[in-house]
Amino acid sequence: MSRRVVVTGLGTVNPLGRDVASFWEAAREGESGIGEITHFDASGMKARIAGEIADFDPEEYIERKEARRLDRYDQLFWASTHQALADAGISYAEDDPEAMRAGVAVGSGIGGMISFQNGIDTMRERGPDRVSPLTITQIISNMAAGLVSIRYNLFGPNTCTVTACAASANAIGDAAEIIKRGAADVMVAGGAEAPVCEFAVAGFSQARALSLNHDDPQGASRPFDANRDGFVMGEGAATLILEESEHAHARGAEIYGEIIGYGMSSDGYHVTLPRPGGGGAARAMQHALDDAGLAATDVDYINAHGTSTMANDATETAAIKTVFGDGAYSVPISSTKSMTGHLLGGAGALESLVCILAIRDGIVPPTINYTTPDPECDLDYVPNEARSVEVKAAMTNSFGFGGHNVSLVFAAHE
Amino acid sequence: MDRAEVEAKMTDLLVDELGLDRDKITMSATFEEDLEVDSLGVVELLMALEDNFGVTIPDEEAEAIGTVGQAVDVVMEKLGG
Repeated sequence: MSRRVVVTGLGTVNPLGRDVASFWEAAREGESGIGEITHFDASGMKARIAGEIADFDPEEYIERKEARRLDRYDQLFWASTHQALADAGISYAEDDPEAMRAGVAVGSGIGGMISFQNGIDTMRERGPDRVSPLTITQIISNMAAGLVSIRYNLFGPNTCTVTACAASANAIGDAAEIIKRGAADVMVAGGAEAPVCEFAVAGFSQARALSLNHDDPQGASRPFDANRDGFVMGEGAATLILEESEHAHARGAEIYGEIIGYGMSSDGYHVTLPRPGGGGAARAMQHALDDAGLAATDVDYINAHGTSTMANDATETAAIKTVFGDGAYSVPISSTKSMTGHLLGGAGALESLVCILAIRDGIVPPTINYTTPDPECDLDYVPNEARSVEVKAAMTNSFGFGGHNVSLVFAAHE
Repeated sequence: MDRAEVEAKMTDLLVDELGLDRDKITMSATFEEDLEVDSLGVVELLMALEDNFGVTIPDEEAEAIGTVGQAVDVVMEKLGG
């Protein structure tokens, strides 16, 4: 019999909360985690708002000597992974044979962008001999995976996906496949991003991707609304503990749900814009359904990519219609990014976590700031208030610059 | 700057810039074993010494530094003490 993959632990730090419980409560309440940028003086920037994590103290999780050597994205992933492993009741001693069967897959769109920027500043201002010896380990996008494997004795497969805003959805899908093919029994899977620095904000802003709604920061991320004007950058991390089903049952683990579908496609069209009509996105969704062995009508909730850009939300809506047909109009769809902002490479993991909690609690969080319908976005986006829905199967979409399309399907475990 | 001042400043640097535990820092403490400073940390230490004491320490001299006291020795020598 083929191996099945269940979710046995969750962790997150994001603009709505510094743990799963506080995040989920805020998400159900439809709160916004967006505000004016405080991480640096943004007064000279075109875009001046973001979803920041207030009062994140890395030393809550990491010894000071170690914490100071890490980029913020590493610290965030370390924190969410610490929570998730504790939630799953998993810890390995260095000589535990089980540790050889436990691995890591982490996605990040950019990696240590803050360290990158600071390193360049140091080199220009003080010369190459003053560049920190930690520069490279802080910047590279795989280091979050490396670090947690070192800290938590995870000696199985250790990998990293860097597919922009689809990165952590890819990481979770890849991790599930690693377990299915028998190469590991447990995978720490997730993603992290800490992009709130001048360089990244300027870059995304110049690409005309960011909302400039400075008058109303909390209303700026408004996916599917007619007056949306771009995404709001967010920082954060989320970790899911994926585990082979028999392995989880044997140790009496609490099981949140199961990952049953993973679909991918490429737009093959443009570096930032989605292919008009959403054909690429639709194929990723269809592949995920096929992998899950589900019909579109079996899906009770779609956690949309829903970035709040003009292009994404209209295209994603078209793609959902292609795959779901008439059912597109009845399935509840919501965008977590309306509340957290866009966690870039971390988004897919956080939104997978939302799907799992929606399945567990029978509650679909809302798309907030939805006030003015857009004729191109005419589906049920669960506007502004959470809804009680029995969710047996949930899909989440993640689409990245470069045309990377990923859909995952989660289901109640029976 | 006399030796006591260099020792005090060295201790502060190790705490502030390398995040080391002040209680563990003695002049006989070894960086590698006692203080668990890895190869990257050693480079950070050298940069911190150069920045804060205004000295230049070539790599071949740095390799001879094993303990906190030896780091103080090198700084004292560079300072002309």
